[in-house]
Amino acid sequence: MAEPAQQKVFAPWEDPSEKPIIRFEGVTKRFGDFTAVDKLDLKIYRGEFFALLGPSGCGKTTLMRMLAGFETPTEGHIILDGQDVAPIPPNKRPVNMMFQSYALFPHLTVWENIAFGLKREGMEKDKIEARVSEMLRLTRLEQFAKRKPHQISGGQRQRVALARSLAKAPKLLLLDEPLGALDKKLRQETQFELMDIQEKTGTTFVIVTHDQEEAMTVASRVAVMDHGKLVQVATPAGIYETPNSVYVADFIGDVNIIEGAATPNGDQVEIAWAEGLAPIVAKSSEPIAPGAKVHFAIRPEKIYVSREPDMERANRVQGKVIDIAYLGNISTYRVRLANGQMISASMTNARRLSRRDFTWEDEVWLNWTDTAGLVLTR
Amino acid sequence: MNLRRLFLIAVPYAWLGLFFLVPFLIVFKIALSDSALSIPPYTPTLDLSGGWTSIKEFFQGLDFENFVFLTEDSLYWKSYLGSLKIASISTVLTLAVGYPIAYAMAQSADEWRPTLMMLVILPFWTSFLIRVYSWVGIISNEGLLNQLLLGMGVIDTPLQIMNTPTAVYIGIVYTYLPFMILPIYSALEKMDGSLIEAGVDLGCSKLQAFWLVTLPLSRPGMIAGCFLVFIPALGEFVIPSLLGGSKTLMIGKVLWEEFFSNRDWPVASAVAVVLLLILVIPIVLFQKNQEKAEEAGR
Repeated sequence: MAEPAQQKVFAPWEDPSEKPIIRFEGVTKRFGDFTAVDKLDLKIYRGEFFALLGPSGCGKTTLMRMLAGFETPTEGHIILDGQDVAPIPPNKRPVNMMFQSYALFPHLTVWENIAFGLKREGMEKDKIEARVSEMLRLTRLEQFAKRKPHQISGGQRQRVALARSLAKAPKLLLLDEPLGALDKKLRQETQFELMDIQEKTGTTFVIVTHDQEEAMTVASRVAVMDHGKLVQVATPAGIYETPNSVYVADFIGDVNIIEGAATPNGDQVEIAWAEGLAPIVAKSSEPIAPGAKVHFAIRPEKIYVSREPDMERANRVQGKVIDIAYLGNISTYRVRLANGQMISASMTNARRLSRRDFTWEDEVWLNWTDTAGLVLTR
Repeated sequence: MNLRRLFLIAVPYAWLGLFFLVPFLIVFKIALSDSALSIPPYTPTLDLSGGWTSIKEFFQGLDFENFVFLTEDSLYWKSYLGSLKIASISTVLTLAVGYPIAYAMAQSADEWRPTLMMLVILPFWTSFLIRVYSWVGIISNEGLLNQLLLGMGVIDTPLQIMNTPTAVYIGIVYTYLPFMILPIYSALEKMDGSLIEAGVDLGCSKLQAFWLVTLPLSRPGMIAGCFLVFIPALGEFVIPSLLGGSKTLMIGKVLWEEFFSNRDWPVASAVAVVLLLILVIPIVLFQKNQEKAEEAGR
């Protein structure tokens, strides 16, 4: 009997012997008084699909433009494949970029757009032909080769931009909000296409986005940025399940944040959060000082809503249903607790709507286990 | 509903018919007439009171004699050629001067653009005639330029610019420069700056990016500007007659002389009709260019 194949998980960041393809070392970028990127350290590994996620103005685009060479760091070094890129001008870097506006040359056909970079390299004619055909096949654009950019649809333009930036086989491909201009349905399809192409070509992708769903879907790791700093760098699951701060928890998905004072009790923490109500009991991986002000973060889907208190779960709070958002597969309940705090909880609609036990204005119990939420100290 | 549409379409056509087609037909009719010592100074004139016979006589009096005459006297075709040459060269010169200005305007900071635009348009606020006249004061033998150069000791004898084709080029380039700058500027200004970055990203040097991206994308603007300079420059009369002296042959000047010095209206009209026919070609090409640019812009 054959040995079951060992499923190798792609996680070069956990392997200390692995050399990163990109290293940011204390990179700072200032525009006048404004610090766009602040003393940033980051390692990105070969073959990664790395997402830079953050609100507009957080410095993610500046970070990408420094990689492309359109901006130079005020301080610090960017090392690409063992080489400091500071003295290399953008047209000589083994890095290509897919622009947010696609920046397709309107006076050239799809074919000529894709061939543009290859021609600048001085590649032989028949090699260019072969490479462009390969790119057209990869992005399923064969029948549009002779069209001009204004004669094709938005989704096709996006693929031309991708093909053009991949044509030179860069070590690193930068994608600046690549799907921002597409409608939702097309965006979801394209996300999987992007992942597929990334896997096929083995190119390291760095994507900038403000859409957390997009980052979660495509990326091997996500870096959440705020005010020029990296708040957390982790896998999508890590970011979602164990955010390291209120900022990250709040930025990714929906979350309920409850403030309170902590009292450590073994490996558990009791959080006093409202007078006259039982403290929240939660497990915490890191030690917490007695009396410290903490935030308890819990995702709506980790809360169980019921008519009667569920004694198997460590935390039980009573409240009144104020609002129900019916989304088909799930419903999100907005529940007001005795102290006025609003809590969102979502439940799968396993039963038919007509058989639901509770509705608007009903008194319900919110129950969750001691591991359902996270205790955050910042 | 249909009546209203018909009316809306009819208005511009009526305007064109009344103020373009009718005057053109009158000029064309005069071109077919003979010169005469009378008021108006040509014959025949249409006399409807004479009935059918006089109308018949009227049409019998018309012929293409004047057009034939234009081909016989070398003055005319030489003037046409002279005009074509001067208009072409000054168009190229205007492009050479206008493009860098338009480019600099498009590259300048947003808050400066309205001011720069204003500075380009500002000369239109003074009379064209006065502006051309003031060039006389600059380039004539006793003018500012010569005095400055003499005073600095750069030259010993004043430069003869006045009454030469150079003076005409200066005048035309100066006068029509805004018509070149504005369409080029509008083409460059619309251009997405990330296109240049994309060019550089794909391996272009700055110069290559300009040559391969900026220049082709501003071509519709350049073509529009060239026509906007070439078309009026071809029939230009004021500039060559004020600055060009007697040696510069341009058809606009010949036309004026036929009308006002010779008082030969029929020949002058023939000259005007031929000039119009020559201009139809670039005007049609200009329209085609505009349509193409509009299509590409969508």
